[in-house]
Amino acid sequence: MPETLKTIIVNTSINGRAYKATIEPRLTLADFLRHEVNLKGTHLGCEHGVCGACTVLLDGLSARSCLILAVQAEGIEINTVESLESNGELGILQESFWEEHGLQCGFCTPGILMSLTELLRNNQNPAEVEIRSVLSGHLCRCTGYQNIVTATLAAAEKLKRNKT
Amino acid sequence: MPMLNLRLTFPSNLIDLNSIEELSGISTSDDQVTINAMTRQREIEFSKIIRQRIPLMADGILNVGHRQTRNRGTIGGSLCHQDSVAELSLIALAHDAVLGIASLRGIREIGIAEFCTGFMSTSLEDGEILVFVKIKHWPQGHGWSFIEFARRDGDFAIVSAAVLVTTKGDGTISRVSVALGGVGPYPLRVGKAEDLLLGRYPTNTLIGQAAACCAELQPFDDPNIPAWYRKQLAHELTFKAIKEAIERSA
Amino acid sequence: MKDITSSNGKHVGERRRRIEDNDLLRGKGKYLDDIQITGTLQAVFVRSSYAHAKILSIDVTSAQNMPGVIGVYTAKDFLGIIKQDRLPLSFPKNRIPEKTLSTMMPFVLASTEVTFVGEAIAVVVANSRYTAEDAAENVIVNYEPLDPVVNAQTALDVSAPSSSIHAADNLIVRFTVGYGNCDSAFNNAAHICKGTLFQRRGLSHPIEGRGILANMDSSTGTLVVFASTQTAHELRNTIAEMLAIDNDQVRVITPDVGGGFGGKFMVYSEDIVIPALAKILGQPIKWTEDRREHFLSSIQERDQFWKLEIAADNEGLLLGIRGSMIHDQGAFTPHYITVPYNSASGVPGPYLLPAYHLDVDVVRTNKPPVIPVRGAGFQQATFAMERMLDLVSKKTGIGRAEIRRRNLIQKIALPYYNGMASRSGAKVKYDTGDYILAQDLAIKKFGIQDWINDKAKAFREGKFIGIGFSHGLKSTGRGPFESATVRVHQTGIVSIYTGANAIGQGIATALCQICADVLEIDMDRIKVVCGDTSYISVGLGAYGSRQTMLAGAAVHGAANKIRNKAFEVARQVIGSEEELVYENGVIRKKLEDDQRITLGEISKLLAGLAGYAFPKGLEPGFEETFHFMCDSMSYANGFHICTVEVDVFTGHVKINRYLGLHDCGKLINPLIVEGQIHGAVAHGIGNALFEEMLYDDNGQPLTVTCADYILPTSTEVPHIETMFLESPTDLNPMGAKGVGETGLIPVTSTIISAVEDALDYFDIQISESPITPIRILELLNSSSKYREYRLNRYK
Repeated sequence: MPETLKTIIVNTSINGRAYKATIEPRLTLADFLRHEVNLKGTHLGCEHGVCGACTVLLDGLSARSCLILAVQAEGIEINTVESLESNGELGILQESFWEEHGLQCGFCTPGILMSLTELLRNNQNPAEVEIRSVLSGHLCRCTGYQNIVTATLAAAEKLKRNKT
Repeated sequence: MPMLNLRLTFPSNLIDLNSIEELSGISTSDDQVTINAMTRQREIEFSKIIRQRIPLMADGILNVGHRQTRNRGTIGGSLCHQDSVAELSLIALAHDAVLGIASLRGIREIGIAEFCTGFMSTSLEDGEILVFVKIKHWPQGHGWSFIEFARRDGDFAIVSAAVLVTTKGDGTISRVSVALGGVGPYPLRVGKAEDLLLGRYPTNTLIGQAAACCAELQPFDDPNIPAWYRKQLAHELTFKAIKEAIERSA
Repeated sequence: MKDITSSNGKHVGERRRRIEDNDLLRGKGKYLDDIQITGTLQAVFVRSSYAHAKILSIDVTSAQNMPGVIGVYTAKDFLGIIKQDRLPLSFPKNRIPEKTLSTMMPFVLASTEVTFVGEAIAVVVANSRYTAEDAAENVIVNYEPLDPVVNAQTALDVSAPSSSIHAADNLIVRFTVGYGNCDSAFNNAAHICKGTLFQRRGLSHPIEGRGILANMDSSTGTLVVFASTQTAHELRNTIAEMLAIDNDQVRVITPDVGGGFGGKFMVYSEDIVIPALAKILGQPIKWTEDRREHFLSSIQERDQFWKLEIAADNEGLLLGIRGSMIHDQGAFTPHYITVPYNSASGVPGPYLLPAYHLDVDVVRTNKPPVIPVRGAGFQQATFAMERMLDLVSKKTGIGRAEIRRRNLIQKIALPYYNGMASRSGAKVKYDTGDYILAQDLAIKKFGIQDWINDKAKAFREGKFIGIGFSHGLKSTGRGPFESATVRVHQTGIVSIYTGANAIGQGIATALCQICADVLEIDMDRIKVVCGDTSYISVGLGAYGSRQTMLAGAAVHGAANKIRNKAFEVARQVIGSEEELVYENGVIRKKLEDDQRITLGEISKLLAGLAGYAFPKGLEPGFEETFHFMCDSMSYANGFHICTVEVDVFTGHVKINRYLGLHDCGKLINPLIVEGQIHGAVAHGIGNALFEEMLYDDNGQPLTVTCADYILPTSTEVPHIETMFLESPTDLNPMGAKGVGETGLIPVTSTIISAVEDALDYFDIQISESPITPIRILELLNSSSKYREYRLNRYK
């Protein structure tokens, strides 16, 4: 155990907003987001990197915020589920989840939305097998994953149509 | 990090290497690929160099965790953590990789086989860090196969097999490397299988005999997975991997 | 006044998007850990590291002195605050043997003995979770280890140690279920088959762990408790009882809950300690369960060892089943024998079984307690029956689908009394359903006419595929009641307050649909509050696939009373009933459109105005409370089919295709029901192939992370085809049956039957679940045919 708790200053950007905070070195990014920045949408399910509930985007790439120390967010752009809506309107992926019943208790949902946001940005025509592969990094105990897949395919369709 | 969260380890100091740019990157020379230790698994996954020159790694990396962990995980992290079933360790071993270790005294090189010293242990001394992995890649047109058995996609492997092979015009095997993970405290080369195959034409029977060398392995018994199961899996995966590698060789 | 049946309405029966989702999708859900109250302290529990030991001493000094630690508390610190040292009984005393009574409930905090790894011993309160965990590591517990009891099968041996110093032996209770004359059935049987079955279950694993936040609100003197729970009212009652305060001094509020599945279906030690601490310290205190704690201390279902014999005649018609079962109950019995009783009494299922006899031993072991996890013991019953049917099929040569068809209770025989009693003593009555039609429709949809050829072709290619079938029948709608208040505000917005608890299953949407149809208003004019004890005084909660049925019927009843009262007021205010029409929350004269009154205006009228005339003959207020009572349960059935491919060299099982047909009566929202079936099948796949909670010989849990304990992910759960029959029940006005658990019941037996079928070339028999790759290879290795097949592969 550290005898004296030192603190570290971290400068980061979260959902497009700059943040500067003085924090304990051992504070995880997940706890930082939830309790210092007050963004409660990112959830903790296991704290050992398996369930995926804490998944956020770091410079656009999905990552487990429970496995990152907040101080490691220095100079990085972080995106959480709160960034998916604009002006109170749901994003297309979120809207698809709503239509297709892609969530039940909703606890694993924010992490899944972030992973799928990354997928849809990089792949406009994901096949079901690719969606399931990305989803395999997430545990959902409610939905059996099926409607999540359906919602993702529907969102991909909508995004393509919007582009044309 | 999981070990920290689970309160299984209590380092007094933690150094974040993420911002040291020189510690990451993939470079090539004539016959060699050098991957710096902090190269993200993601970078390896999408690297054209790796796909062309070390296809075993391009395939094998897809078994490492999930997209969300490969985005952050590094080759150095994997090699130094030295889980007995880590895919990257196995792939490095199959290629007889050479590791570069830096300290205030300079850089020393060590073969991967010597680097792994025990269950989750490496020969890293105090004050040393891993800085690169050098792989002399196999010739264009070589055959490879990476086959892993895990309970779920992205899970820790139970047993994994990595095979590299080159064949001559007459179909006989001119060079072969057979490596297994999950059958010991660290990945192992199955020298006996390699000796059996070298210089010979790979019939189903011969491949079967090579795979049967797994009978001499002494995997550990743990409460979840008995040793006999690892051996039986190793036998099957070795068989399949040798066959697949040969099919792929030009 | 005609009572509107919901099936004529606009919303019930339709695929409606859920009202819960908008907030959840935006990350604006308020789960327990999201609730912020200034000054909240964090609690961490110190838990036993032995499966069985005496506690000699607990030294909290060094932990207490750490900076940031408010205090470290053990059982003795709660004397005079918490009424008794064990959690109170929630079952009728007169049904429980005296011997069991005194030892069945868990301790609030263990002080003299620990009987499972993970049992709570002390609690640390600090200003941060991180600090509290640091301090918890510095609490020194001095143990005197005692012999643990880990194997339920040997726990009743004379030489077995006792799992508790408070009990002489490890038998909690022995009971028998059955009916008819088994002796005569077996004496006259053409075919008798024997089976030994070993069934393991697992944990509930909602992705959000348990949690509770308690705050003594000094301005009102109310203990306000937020809890991630399935049973808000039971929690309130228990806290009030244990802290010796009145029910109206405790308010339990259920926030958004990230799943329950049985894990949050009990009042645990933590649920009493945290409120007590809030009272002592006068500050808000929060505890959240992390995943490791879930493995160590939340309820689970576990091992059952079955020895059965089944007797049949030459046509494959069942004559009887008899045998015995040992149930591993764990260290305490907080829900008495619900699970083993369900497992034992559920065996007959949808089949005609003339005679049945099962002796059950409920055994205490040094592991966490067992109470229902989703399915509540019924899938074990189904597994037993379905495996035995497969044995009869093999013995008689009658195909598995046919043998089931011959033994199913025909629709014409319903309502059918199967000879069993439920745990309340009421006779089990299958109300509605068509089991044969379910099987026929599912098989037709699946299409198995080419199966034999497909299988042969696969074999020639070195592939092993198999098909499995199973029925499943479960009682749903456990009573005795559920509550709802429907209140119309002066704005015209309608609130529903219910004792039902929302745990992710979409109950608020279903209740909203039902209410919207009765009141003929849009769904977005209705708000639903579930599980808040301040809004409604009694309630039971989320378990036993009951809430849509019972809370739905309560809402239906209350909304109808509102509707009737609205007409009464309208008649007095604007004219006689015959001339009135009602649409969209407005009552008006049919011919004079400007003579109208809205629900909101009626609400204002019924609030009364001092000195002015009040509508005659009516009670003030525009709200109605309805407690829908129901003694009988409704039986929901399903039939599942799946095909699998087994890799006979690694033991890997891949599910190729999965179909589940269900009859849950009237579907309030088919979109939600399908989702429930998908999720339940995923749970079942976990049970059939993956989930196992393992303990070593010292009672130490071996699988304590999400890497060791395997929950199925999107690559293990296939696409699930669903089909529905609707045989309405007359037990509630909607005709709905419960859904939450029904999808789970047939899954394990379906998959295991398919795996066994895939390996029939090697003639092995599968008698356990989960059927893991290791177990598959073990079975295969014992077959000489397999050994030869394997040798040939490598030749």
